[in-house]
Amino acid sequence: MTSLLEVKHLTKRFGGITAVNDCSFEVQEGSITALIGPNGSGKTTAFNIITGYLKADSGSISFRGKDIAEPDPAKLYRSGLSRTFQQARIFPEISVLENLIVASGYSWKGLLGARTTNGDRKIAGEMLEEFKLSALADFYASELSYGQRKLLEFASVLMSSPKLVLLDEPTAGVNPVMIETMERHIRSRHASGVTFLIVEHDMQLVMRLCDPVIVLDHGAMIAQGTPTQVQANAQVLDAYLGS
Amino acid sequence: MSKAGIIRAVTFFGILALLPLGVKPQWVINLLIFTLMYSTLASSWNLIGGYAGYPSLGHAAFFGFGAYFIGIIFESSIGNGYNPFLILPLVGLCAGLISIPIGFIAMKTRKDVFAIVTITLLFMVQTLAYNLRAVTGGAQGKGVAVPPFDPANFGRPFYYVMLILLLVAMSISFYFRRSKIGLSLAAVRADEDKAHGVGIQVTAVKLIAFALSVGIASMVGGVWGYYEGFIYPQFAVDPLITIGMVLMTFLGGRATLWGPVLGAFILVPAQQYFAYEFGATQFYLLAYAAIFLIIMLVLPRGILPTLTDRIRIKAKIAVEANK
Repeated sequence: MTSLLEVKHLTKRFGGITAVNDCSFEVQEGSITALIGPNGSGKTTAFNIITGYLKADSGSISFRGKDIAEPDPAKLYRSGLSRTFQQARIFPEISVLENLIVASGYSWKGLLGARTTNGDRKIAGEMLEEFKLSALADFYASELSYGQRKLLEFASVLMSSPKLVLLDEPTAGVNPVMIETMERHIRSRHASGVTFLIVEHDMQLVMRLCDPVIVLDHGAMIAQGTPTQVQANAQVLDAYLGS
Repeated sequence: MSKAGIIRAVTFFGILALLPLGVKPQWVINLLIFTLMYSTLASSWNLIGGYAGYPSLGHAAFFGFGAYFIGIIFESSIGNGYNPFLILPLVGLCAGLISIPIGFIAMKTRKDVFAIVTITLLFMVQTLAYNLRAVTGGAQGKGVAVPPFDPANFGRPFYYVMLILLLVAMSISFYFRRSKIGLSLAAVRADEDKAHGVGIQVTAVKLIAFALSVGIASMVGGVWGYYEGFIYPQFAVDPLITIGMVLMTFLGGRATLWGPVLGAFILVPAQQYFAYEFGATQFYLLAYAAIFLIIMLVLPRGILPTLTDRIRIKAKIAVEANK
């Protein structure tokens, strides 16, 4: 296995607070890697830096073996790195189908072309089929439930056929059935060759789905290993429970 | 384009094209010219303010640019005839090109900050118009050579040019709705950072919308300047023009094809009526504001979106009931 994403000595300060502190880790190709840690440990900040939403104070990131000097969200997305957000950010005023089409990474020529071509509808339709959202295709995305929005956001960022998908708390605030649904979709996409990096607070899900698990605390990596190794790690227990 | 849409458009433009042949009084033609002018301005504002969600308050700067452009070129020559109209595409092109660096900088900000940045642009251009006396004539104003049109039908050429510009603005608006540019702009309007994160060419679509929008506004300004015959800084670069197009778009419905036109067809005659009723006082502005407030309270998203939503909900209820 080779590493798909490499983060080296990443540091980010907000005023006096160091959100990410000399943090280094790798995501191996073909893995479902978890990034866990107590609230405020810098997981989302790390996500935002990796995907170009925030500028790091220092450190480097490489994706698919290439150094990303100035991460730009659009360029990264088009080169195969997708992400979702904690709050399920979708576009409420366009239809569910259009939410997928708009994320398909169309060319400049496509930009001037029809809003939805037959080709778009076919590809997006297949994705909706996979996520069992076909019945909602023509609804405004604003009419979806929170869980459905999370599914839609996940489905939409797969439209670019990504190599690596960063999921920020994919099951936060959704019902248990939806957690299972989400897990099933992650597994099926993983089986077809997509690598995942997941921030998640549902430890049961993390333990049965992810390997390896990376633990952050105060912006730095404190442990890395299989779920069992991490669960037994004294430093991890200390970070979560305090001593 | 749906069949109903084609019928609507053909009827609308057909009636407007025939209207001056039957309607003779100059004041009616004058009112219609201003209604068409604001319909076009509101439709063009809608491209950036409606579809992209960038509430520019600087459009009057480009309107004034167009007016002075025509005024400066055709200042002294007599018998320009239709020539100023033929120059209009060049006016629009220049305004569009100038708008690219301006838009690039201004659209680093969003929402209310963008509105303030663009209104600053308006006052900068107004100050320039007052002070570059050698070019603009300053507060003395700038005369444009009077066109040699038949006095009985003096307004007619201006009317038709405004109508053509409205057709252009609405065609672009329609194209936006049916192309991925419109889809991309809808995403930008809802959540620009997220849109950037799913690979949308955010900067490009915003600049396209801004350039087309102010390009049309500048052409309208050019026609206005020629029609008025005299260009003063306070009227050519007038915050009331900006506010007019914004209000009309809000009233009719942002990011719709017909909303801005509907808004203009309500507000321009209303404004004229109140201006007539209240005479030379500025009280008509209060009445104007009152209409706007009432409609915004009853139909907060504008007339068309509120109505189409109601129809949509009714249809849904009907479908549910039939199950």
